[in-house]
This record gives sequence, structure tokens and C-alpha cells, in this order.
Amino acid sequence: MNVSHHPEPALLLDYATGTLADPFALIVATHMALCPACRREVAALEAVGGALLEQAPEAGEADVDQGAFERMMSRVEALPPEPAIAPLPAIDTATARIPRPLRDRLPASLDNLPWRRQGPVETVFLPCDLPGHRVRVLRIAAGRGVPRHTHRGTELTLVLQGSFSDETGHYLRGDMECANPELDHRPVADPGEACVCLAVTSAPLRLTGTLGRLIDPFLDI
Amino acid sequence: MFDGGGNSDLGGPCLDAVQGFMAAGDSPGREAPVASHEDDLLAVARQRDREAFRRLFTHFTPRLRSFLRRLRTPEATLDDLVQEVMTSVWRRANSFDPAKASASTWIFTIARNRRIDLARRKRPEVDLDDPATLHEEADGEPLPDEQASHGQMALLLRDAIASLPADQSEIVGLAYQRDMSHSEIASELDLPLGTVKSRLRLAIVKLRTAMEGLD
Ligand SMILES: [Zn+2]
Repeated sequence: MNVSHHPEPALLLDYATGTLADPFALIVATHMALCPACRREVAALEAVGGALLEQAPEAGEADVDQGAFERMMSRVEALPPEPAIAPLPAIDTATARIPRPLRDRLPASLDNLPWRRQGPVETVFLPCDLPGHRVRVLRIAAGRGVPRHTHRGTELTLVLQGSFSDETGHYLRGDMECANPELDHRPVADPGEACVCLAVTSAPLRLTGTLGRLIDPFLDI
Repeated sequence: MFDGGGNSDLGGPCLDAVQGFMAAGDSPGREAPVASHEDDLLAVARQRDREAFRRLFTHFTPRLRSFLRRLRTPEATLDDLVQEVMTSVWRRANSFDPAKASASTWIFTIARNRRIDLARRKRPEVDLDDPATLHEEADGEPLPDEQASHGQMALLLRDAIASLPADQSEIVGLAYQRDMSHSEIASELDLPLGTVKSRLRLAIVKLRTAMEGLD
């Protein structure tokens, strides 16, 4: 099973240079955990950074002060060893399939998250520092759909479990859909298994179906 | 659209400096054989070899200083930051994998992550040992020549960077050396975001092609 829908190149570059803001870095890193191709791409972009560091001009820099080296070494050798990396806590199978960049931020296992249910869709919001943006985990019941909607900003959706389809294609585990304000879509989970996704939005969604227009003001998805 | 956040306090433009920076890679007399840095890092990891580390310190400290100065690191904290990066190089050398990256690439990622730490941002990273992480068949098994080829790749990259057209090298400089996201570059250069994205994409495709041009 190969991932076929990837983040746009600009996201990978901003991730590699370190300028990508957190909720986007979170979804890109979680995608990368499921996508060796994007890991290779980011490694190549980091190599560009390495080449630029290697080329950084030394002109105008004072000669390396060997005294500074000795002072640094005596300080460094007195430091306590780096703390060991905490072992992964024991978790259930479904939660264990959520890659770490995201799993580390879940307040509980998948089944014990404080889901808010609205029809066939359950939602959990995760903390997000970036003004105007929202990060949430969605669980769509098997064979059921999210209400038809467009976007006031960008919506990135990453499939973590199950799969869904909409007007633009079929999205399996690891696939990322990037929806912009032009897209009017109705994602439907494939039958058989609930579809769990991570979604990052830069502005609220706008429901467009007949029913959606009626309930839009109340529905916080 | 994908705003980097946290970098809105830009100083005035210093594109000349960035271009000068890109061009400086072309000046003569700069490099020692690239492979030896990888050997030195491995010696630090395996034997805590102080002399190997001294060579790395001598080579990378001035480069880190000028690299980080471009990244708007305040002069007062520049030395501390360089020392912290080199401290991490010493302490974490055992996580350096020559099959995955050259020494300068690995040190670039340490400097990048340290700067993200200082901004009190948490960088989400892939954990390759996480059972949820998907691997391809050959993932993690370097091709026989891969380790040796990182030095070669760095040379090819250097030439490819030097031969980028001016508009592309300017924009690569802003992305890597001024720490600007695509949307920040767009406002700095007063260009549409789409133009910035496609120009950067063109540049990156060229560099990628150069990196893959190994036989
Ligand atoms: Zn990908």
C-alpha cells in the first residue's frame, strides 16, 4: 500500500528549513512517518542546508580560538549524561498505529479521547497556538460522510486509519488531502472501518449542502 | 498561506548580503576533503576522540557563526548558540549516521533544531523506531556506495547552488539563510506567493537533479 497524495513541496521545504508553523509541521511530520518518499525528499532538502553551511564564508570571522575549545570541553565534560529517551508507554493496537509525532500529543488512547459526536462524525480538538487555526482528530463512522462543505482557508487532512473518498479522489492511510477555498466536497468514509483523520484548518469550514446551510452556525467542525 | 509564524519581526532587507553569501561559496581555498568530517564524527561517537572533535570545532565554528549570523541571531547570543550547537555535536555524535547524511547536513539540522528550541517551539519529528512508522523494503539499508557518495553529493550540490540563476539563488538564500517561510519571502520580495513557490520549486528540482546525478 503506497501513499499517493503528498503535501505540496512548499510544505516540505518549510519543514526542512524549520520555518513551518506548528500545526502544519505536526501534520507534515505525521505524514512523513507514513511516507518514506517524503522522508527522502526532506533529507535532500536538509542536504541543501548542509551544503550552504559548508559554504558559509569564514572571511571576517576571527581565527578559531583554541582557548575557547578548551574552555568548552571542560564545561561539556562536566555535564551530566543526556537523559535516556522515555520508553513508549504500553498502548492499545489502534492507538499504536498513530505515528508518534501525533500520538505524543493525544491526551488519551484513541478510544478514551473526549470525542464530541455530531451525527456520524466524532471530533477531538488538540491544542493549537497559531491564531485562527484549528487542529482536530476526526473519526467518521464506516460508510458515512462528513456534511458537504467548502473552506474559508486551507484544510489539510491526513488519513490515519481506514480510508475516505470525495470528489477529488480516494484517500488511504498516510494520504494527505489539501483543500483550498475553491473545493466544495463531501468526504465519505469507505465501508468496513471507521476513518480516523488528523485535520488542520486555517479558517472555519463553510457548510454548503441544503441541510448544512441550516445548521452551519451551530456546527463546529 | 502557510505562515511560518514567529518570524514577523523581520529587519530590513539585506538581499545583497544574501546574494553575497551565495556567491561566497565560489571563492577559492575553502574546503578540506568532505569525507573526513564524517570520520571525525564517528571517532567522536565511538572513542570520544578529542582531537577529531577539535578538527570539527575548528572547521565548523566559523561556518556556524556566519551561517547563524545571517539567520538574524543577535550578535550577543551568537557565541552561546554556536557553543550549544557544538556541545550537541559532541554529546549526540552517536546519533550521527553517515549512511543518512553528511556531517555538515547533520550539523545543519542540529543548528536548526536548537534555534527552534530557543523559540520555544516544539518540532514534531519522525521516530524511525516507532512501530507505527512505515518503511519501504530498502529503507534504512544504505546502498553500498551511499556512505561514500555523501561527500561527492556535497560537491555536486555546491556546484549546482553556484550555478542557479540569480532570482532562484536569491530565493533559496532567503529560505535557508534568512529563515523565511514561503509567505514571508513573498512579502519581503513583494511577489505573489505562487511565484515564490514555483521559483523555489524550480531551484529545488535543479538541486535535486544535481544530487541524483551520481553514477
Ligand atoms: Zn509523502
